[in-house]
Amino acid sequence: MNRDVLLEVVNLCVEIPTRDAVLRPVDTVSFELRRGEILGVVGESGAGKSMCGSAIMGLIDPPGQIASGKILLSGERIDNLPESAWRRIRGKRIGMVFQDPLTSLNPLMRVGDQLVETIRTHLPLSASEARRRAVESLEEVGIPAAASRIDDYPHQFSGGMRQRVVIALALAAEPELIIADEPTTALDVSVQAQIMALLKDLCHRRRTAVMLITHDMGVIAEATDRVAVLYAGRVVEIGKTEDVLADPAHPYTRGLMASTPAADGSDGRLNQIPGAMPNLVSIPAGCAFNPRCDQVEARCQNERPELRSWKGRSLACWRYSESEEVS
Amino acid sequence: MMMHQSPFVQVSDLGRDFDLSAPLLSRLLEGAPKRSLTAASGVSFSIERGETFALVGESGSGKSTIGKMLVGLLEPTSGGVTIDGKDLFGTLDKASRMALRRRIQMIFQNPYASLNPRWRVGDIIAEPITAFGLAEGKGVQARVSQLLEQVGLNAKDAKKYPHEFSGGQRQRIAIARALASEPEFIVCDEPTSALDVSVQSQVLNLMRDLQRELGLAYLFISHDLSVVRYMADKIGVLYLGELVEVADRETLFAKPRHPYTQMLIDAAPRIDAFGRTAERAKGEIPDPIDRPSGCSYHPRCPVVEDICRRTAPEAQLFADGRALVSCHRAKE
Repeated sequence: MNRDVLLEVVNLCVEIPTRDAVLRPVDTVSFELRRGEILGVVGESGAGKSMCGSAIMGLIDPPGQIASGKILLSGERIDNLPESAWRRIRGKRIGMVFQDPLTSLNPLMRVGDQLVETIRTHLPLSASEARRRAVESLEEVGIPAAASRIDDYPHQFSGGMRQRVVIALALAAEPELIIADEPTTALDVSVQAQIMALLKDLCHRRRTAVMLITHDMGVIAEATDRVAVLYAGRVVEIGKTEDVLADPAHPYTRGLMASTPAADGSDGRLNQIPGAMPNLVSIPAGCAFNPRCDQVEARCQNERPELRSWKGRSLACWRYSESEEVS
Repeated sequence: MMMHQSPFVQVSDLGRDFDLSAPLLSRLLEGAPKRSLTAASGVSFSIERGETFALVGESGSGKSTIGKMLVGLLEPTSGGVTIDGKDLFGTLDKASRMALRRRIQMIFQNPYASLNPRWRVGDIIAEPITAFGLAEGKGVQARVSQLLEQVGLNAKDAKKYPHEFSGGQRQRIAIARALASEPEFIVCDEPTSALDVSVQSQVLNLMRDLQRELGLAYLFISHDLSVVRYMADKIGVLYLGELVEVADRETLFAKPRHPYTQMLIDAAPRIDAFGRTAERAKGEIPDPIDRPSGCSYHPRCPVVEDICRRTAPEAQLFADGRALVSCHRAKE
């Protein structure tokens, strides 16, 4: 086993019991994340991306629960911990950055106080040391005049600066893993570029592992080392970002790439995948993608394909199960 | 096709201020000055039939304010809009104004908010038909069925409610409703921003097909340059309510001349740029109440000079008249 592996997710299933059926927003998901690596988790709404992140942070709302599988952080199981133990992991070992910086900061508390509270919860520092540390962390995320802005309220910051504050909060206790759930979706492109550059830089300098959840293939291409493509709660393709995006193999990954308007501005008609992501109550039998797939075979409708390795990546598709020659 | 002297949609020197002053009494008591926010100023462009003009810019650039003025939802503070030679805000009599409004429609960003959840889809689409008296009795239903099929839905869907549809299908319903009044000009305000990418491509393709079929003129408002590149014939780049660059698509992407346009193109994530770190764009769009002096982009501009801080640049033509750029430093 590689000592560099920080996070291991093994056959994770999240289930939500309802009156009629048991829903499975995350279905037998496995992947690992190494220190200093950025793993992209991509898929459309309803693919289970955020639910995956929530499961790793122990934040699944009841009646939802982890039904089976394991989550290991540095080899230690964290999926079955009591809530009291979570308080020492969340914020300390796993930092979180959410989509909307306005809702993840307390509007009634000065930014500095929020940072100091986080730092002192997790690190044995005095109030004045913690405050010095807070200023440093604001400086580190690129907030100008951090020493004077530390006593401002969140509404006094612009959208991009607010997201920097959230990142400073996530990093305050020097976590080993950051889960960033659509961290730039609410921001303008120029600010998005700044925030992504910041995340990449921090990750490489501190060897922090990042799980970056996004729907934007462009962000995946530019920021991540490896990518996992999710569909209907299942990983359909996972591998090195460059391999997967330059030569997507799973029909869903290929469809996603082809329906993204091209960067070179070619004028051809956009590819469209027919239909939409299935609802959790009616996930098709066999391969969940089969009703939308243009290469569907009889087997796809009955048997679920497992993840298998193919050309240095893992794929869940019957078309790639026989030999490596299929193109 | 009839020949027109003037373009089909002509926007001239359009501007809109919003009054943000405190109430009169508080102003008198506290001696506070009047304050106003300029959401758009000096905006001019034109759209021909069958053509798509795109407005791009970041949040707060005034895209939606301009879109609302073009459909008559908001009165301009200065300038005007003519459609097919008729002044949208002029002194038309009631019947001619009604007739002009029938020819303009709008598609909004969020199909969850723009459709009445208590109405059946058929009634939503039929409303413009009956309001403008375009059909009667059985004819209304027949037209609704035709519209639903035109946007790729089933005639039977008329009986359902909006909540029974996915986001992409709802946006199709919104498009069918917009088409119901047989418009010639449609303002599309971020029509696919709330949709997933595979569904976005379905809606964009549909919009292009409908344009070709019906000769529609589109004003396409978006913050996403790759979508704009796919849809637009001409593009206007907005910054703090002013058009900083207007050019046809090829010219704009081949050679963006305004530093803001260059920054927007550079900052947009690209699916083929593995591991790239975009050139760091400086700063964020400033508060429009507190506009910078001279060129409003100068605090963020990488090629700023003294003149940029003092005087606002005039728009100049480049590339044989195919690009109109407001920048002191712009070059052929």
